[in-house]
Amino acid sequence: MTISKTMKLMAGTALSALTGLTPVLAQVSELGTGEGAVNIVAWPGYIERGETDKAFDWVTKFETATGCKVNVKTANTSDEMVALMNEGGFDLVTASGDASLRLVAGKRVQPINTDLIPSWSKVDDRLKDAGWHTVGGVHYGVPYMWGPNVLMYNTEVFKEPPTSWKVVFEKMDLPDGKSNQGRVQAYDGPIHIADAAQYLMAHKPELGITNPYELNEDQYAAALDLLRAQRELVARYWHDAFIQMDDFKNEGVVASGSWPFQVGLLKSEGQPVASTIPEEGVTGWADTTMMHVDAEHPTCAYLWMEHSLSSNLQSDLAVWFGANPSVPTACTDGSGMSTAESCHANGMDDFDKVRFWTTPVANCSQGEGACVPYYRWVSDYIGVIGGR
Amino acid sequence: MSGAVLPARGPGDRLTGLFWRRPWLLLLLLIAPPLLWLGVVYMGSLAALLLQSFYSIDEFSGIVVPEFTLKTYAELFRAQNLDIILRTVTMAAAVTLACAALAFPIAYFAARYAKGPWKAAFYLGVMLPLWSSYLVKVYAWKLILAKEGILGWAAERTHTGFVIDGLLSIPGLQGSSLSTSPIGTFLVFVYIWLPYMILPMQAALERVPQSMLEASADLGATSRQTFRSVILPLALPGVVAGSIFTFSLTLGDYIIPQIIGNSANFIGMAVYQLQGTAGNIPLAAAFAVVPIGIMLVYLWLAKRAGAFDAL
Repeated sequence: MTISKTMKLMAGTALSALTGLTPVLAQVSELGTGEGAVNIVAWPGYIERGETDKAFDWVTKFETATGCKVNVKTANTSDEMVALMNEGGFDLVTASGDASLRLVAGKRVQPINTDLIPSWSKVDDRLKDAGWHTVGGVHYGVPYMWGPNVLMYNTEVFKEPPTSWKVVFEKMDLPDGKSNQGRVQAYDGPIHIADAAQYLMAHKPELGITNPYELNEDQYAAALDLLRAQRELVARYWHDAFIQMDDFKNEGVVASGSWPFQVGLLKSEGQPVASTIPEEGVTGWADTTMMHVDAEHPTCAYLWMEHSLSSNLQSDLAVWFGANPSVPTACTDGSGMSTAESCHANGMDDFDKVRFWTTPVANCSQGEGACVPYYRWVSDYIGVIGGR
Repeated sequence: MSGAVLPARGPGDRLTGLFWRRPWLLLLLLIAPPLLWLGVVYMGSLAALLLQSFYSIDEFSGIVVPEFTLKTYAELFRAQNLDIILRTVTMAAAVTLACAALAFPIAYFAARYAKGPWKAAFYLGVMLPLWSSYLVKVYAWKLILAKEGILGWAAERTHTGFVIDGLLSIPGLQGSSLSTSPIGTFLVFVYIWLPYMILPMQAALERVPQSMLEASADLGATSRQTFRSVILPLALPGVVAGSIFTFSLTLGDYIIPQIIGNSANFIGMAVYQLQGTAGNIPLAAAFAVVPIGIMLVYLWLAKRAGAFDAL
């Protein structure tokens, strides 16, 4: 999923605010026998059957045990996921926070009967009622994975982990005595404005920002000013995980917001990098397995949702992706390769420091039309990167 | 004698008979698929694009309002959007000029001097880069141009790093390395689109009759005069054809500036972002109309310059 997280946020969630979410849809009350197949729309790398790397397989056993053949259609953006679900023909989707509410608002997904998922009780309490899949007390899915957007840094330049996002936002000399100009990166997506707002939350409390995704005009203008100063420091913004990794290797980049995915891969290549969660906190993403309203294979779909929580999936996928399991015990119960240390490295204990991606809408907690909606984030961020 | 008319021997004969009696039917059948393709798939999508660009996005909810307005086009004139258009057109023009300058000697040699195996080698040399994936080539260039890449390494070893530093300190072209500077974007564009300039140029140059060059020489023209008054006018259609390729391809590309350069938006990137993440399809459509408009003006100018007279 993360690789193409790039194009993830959509103004479409605005729909949910407008159309009003009316949840009353029928849910499955009991399971029959498996239908022999289950069709899943997923982020690339999310559902592995040992074909990419033999050690990472959380499909084969499920197929043998249930007789449900798993068919995966990978999607690279949240938009693609929503489009595929609108087309139909799929049972499940691993939707991110910016797609999930759109799917609920568009009535493409159905409520989940958690009584039919025995492992529901094992789900992280912090995720059980998360706002990106629970609407009006009704659950529209089962939490899948989540992860923070960490600060990645070069350990040869930073002997001590940087404690603040300041290194990427303000012109300063890094511990090696040279300026950070041209040596830091920022995310090439408008959602990065939220990272700037989060930095301001800590450093300019007089702005009164309480939620980096809900900014009024003044707060928004302050965030843009910060980003304009950042433009002077950033030689190239990143949007593709592999390009960022290349920039850390060949372009002399030493600090940037990033995903644990890149940090893990670079480390495995022996690069001198590490990641940290600075004092201001971080933004992050959380994905949910949701079920299509006209799912043709409801029993297999439910069996998969149970499987996604109870098997080695959570534990192994967390290692594979550098993400965090939605089932906390997966870190320690030995069901897969995760350990308490690996979970800690991926940010499992930093949940409270993570402000999860949601789509900014005009009608926010500050009032009707008080906040700057997402489509303006997009056009203004284009301006900022263009040097305006 | 009724026996002179042979009885039809099957559906094939009857069909032939039908086509014989109504020739327009065959014509219609043959022409319908391409017409449908052009009319529905091609023009249809263009029409949908145009239509979308006259819609607008609601300021508060971010939802597309399907009512006709010119508001979206007005948005194109916001400073940051004009920047994008200007940046893209400047890049396209620079790339086209550089491609033309580079391609002409190559095409001229290939058309007038290369023979036999050399000609084959020329075609292979020009076409070969087109066979490998565009992305692979762009990523390769990213490595070549990177700060710690081969160019930087070579410059360091030969103590010519000041050349690169000098280039990178030109206002507007700054970057921490060639790969994060607009110079890098320009170099990669030129590399990628060069074959599209060489091939039409070479075809045009081959059609310039040798006799005319001889006549020009007989009349006492210097080689420079021959070039200016004989070769260039006759080869102009090829140059224009090539420039249409390089210019329009650069106008629409959104992958190279994403990978090489300083992340500043080009028209293609803006369209990609606006339609994908922002859901601002009207503005994306309006942006997409810009290259069409620019190309129409370009073609009109080319026509006035007489580029199509020889067609």
